[in-house]
Amino acid sequence: MTLLAPEQDVTAGSLHTKRLPAWAALATAVVALALSAALVLGTGIGNWVLVVVLGAVLYLIGFWLAANAVEGPRSARNRTWSALIHSACVLAILPLASVTWTLISNGINRLDGNFFLTSMNNIGARDANGGAYHAIVGTLEQVGIAALITIPLGVLGAIYLVEYGRGKLSLAIRFFVDVMTGIPSIVAGLFVLAFWVLIVSPLFNNGQPQYSGFAAALALSVLMLPTIVRSTEEMLRLVPAPLREGAYALGVPKWKTILRIVIPTALPGIVTGIMLSIARAAGETAPVLLVAGGTAAINFNPFENNQSSLSLFVFSQATDSSRFSPDRAWTAALTLVALVLILTIAAKLLARRNRLTR
Amino acid sequence: MAKRVEATNVNAYYGSFKAIEDVNIVVEPKTVTALIGPSGCGKSTFLRSINRMHEVLPNARVEGTLTLDQENIYDKHVDVTAVRRLIGMVFQRPNPFPTMSIFDNVVAGLKLNGVNKKAVLQEAAEKSLRSANLWDEVKDRLDKPGAGLSGGQQQRLCIARTIAVEPQVVLMDEPCSALDPISTLAIEDLIFKLKDRFTIIIVTHNMQQAARVSDRTAFFSIERTGDPGRLIEYDDTQKIFSNPSVKKTEDYITGRFG
Repeated sequence: MTLLAPEQDVTAGSLHTKRLPAWAALATAVVALALSAALVLGTGIGNWVLVVVLGAVLYLIGFWLAANAVEGPRSARNRTWSALIHSACVLAILPLASVTWTLISNGINRLDGNFFLTSMNNIGARDANGGAYHAIVGTLEQVGIAALITIPLGVLGAIYLVEYGRGKLSLAIRFFVDVMTGIPSIVAGLFVLAFWVLIVSPLFNNGQPQYSGFAAALALSVLMLPTIVRSTEEMLRLVPAPLREGAYALGVPKWKTILRIVIPTALPGIVTGIMLSIARAAGETAPVLLVAGGTAAINFNPFENNQSSLSLFVFSQATDSSRFSPDRAWTAALTLVALVLILTIAAKLLARRNRLTR
Repeated sequence: MAKRVEATNVNAYYGSFKAIEDVNIVVEPKTVTALIGPSGCGKSTFLRSINRMHEVLPNARVEGTLTLDQENIYDKHVDVTAVRRLIGMVFQRPNPFPTMSIFDNVVAGLKLNGVNKKAVLQEAAEKSLRSANLWDEVKDRLDKPGAGLSGGQQQRLCIARTIAVEPQVVLMDEPCSALDPISTLAIEDLIFKLKDRFTIIIVTHNMQQAARVSDRTAFFSIERTGDPGRLIEYDDTQKIFSNPSVKKTEDYITGRFG
């Protein structure tokens, strides 16, 4: 016989174990909560939050004891760990739910047509209206231009690293991309301020440096590029080598294999990486403040004069002294999150269109 | 249409490691040649060097001469993709393209090489699928993903994909090692059928399979781990399996080896 099981006959029922009844978990939870409520509220050392936390701990202990007594130690360990994993999941989702709730409950106050159709031009401290139209335009243009710059550059760079890059050059590129991933956004803003706004933009503007949405897009590009390169690279590496070889064996040239086999296979992952970087860029405030300056008026031209953006709008409204500005800030934050969400969903749907249905 | 393959003094390397040494072999058109031998003896490496697939791996290279009829495919002026259009390959594990439907998988080689006429593609797809004994099973779901088929069907799909581009030589790298006996039988029948049109070279670990499907058999072996693989004996399959002239071949075939 084996080392694990003693020599014995296997008869009907000999492999059965006793099971806790289904209501045991619920009963333990109720008892644990009641005990914790009596303990906490009775002594007055905390409020309902502590009741829940202590209740959860008591539940874990109580459930382990119950399972241990009825089902044996292995089963008790299994049940306790399952319960721990479930609570970790709940704990991880709680902040997200809380953020969403806070955003929606606070942002709903100014969620009206006026907010999306007007700017902050000529809106004084006593005016209740005013909106984020100029900021939405700014965000869309800046992030859009940044995406136009970084997506081709980043994806092509990743293709080079995975498919063509050999030796020292690709190692160096990969190293510097990693370093770039860690650049603080304010540094990217300062770089563009020093390089573009102060040195290059005067060449086009009669010697005067000028803030612009395009400068902000450049700063966002510096932030987005490494993320896109790295995530695309990882996704391309996940494409199995036999797929490439299968295409080569059909006499398909390498570039066509990459374009028609490798990229479509990796597309959903690549899109996810791109959307993550876009979401990050859309939420950046510091670089926009540094090189686009922010404005209260609508400016459609990303190449001339100050532009605002949603995150900058949130920042300026949140620090404004008007009693109407906090509502505007919350609604702008909600708009920003909704915008990123819509873009992400749209991109996912677009990437999935190529997936076949079974 | 089928072509003759002749290898002269072929050596293949992975970096500085010599995987096969001094292989000389002539494969006649419209025959099935089986490459057998223990694991690591270089038979797959040799197979992959026949359509220049070996050099896809980093630092891998091939020395020597490999001619297809009169053309040395390792001549430096030779276009690799042109070679691979003439010499197709079926891999050990089925590798249908996951983003493509069954139909697109079959005509992938044509489409990606610029054939776009719908009628031509349709005809080629049906012809190849029929040749691969797969048509009846998939004709009603050509627009479904190729990855949704069973393992044996996927492998036949990959064979259909390979023969759709009408190559002259078909290389098979243990095409049945991941399949059940029934799918294996289907593919062996298929190899028999394809012999009329193509030159087939097949690597197999299954000696019964080599005996069943091949006209000629090449036995590869290594002295010990780390040594390059060599071609030990190459002869008619009948002779190799009944009366081999080298002791080592006999030991391997009768199971006394390793």
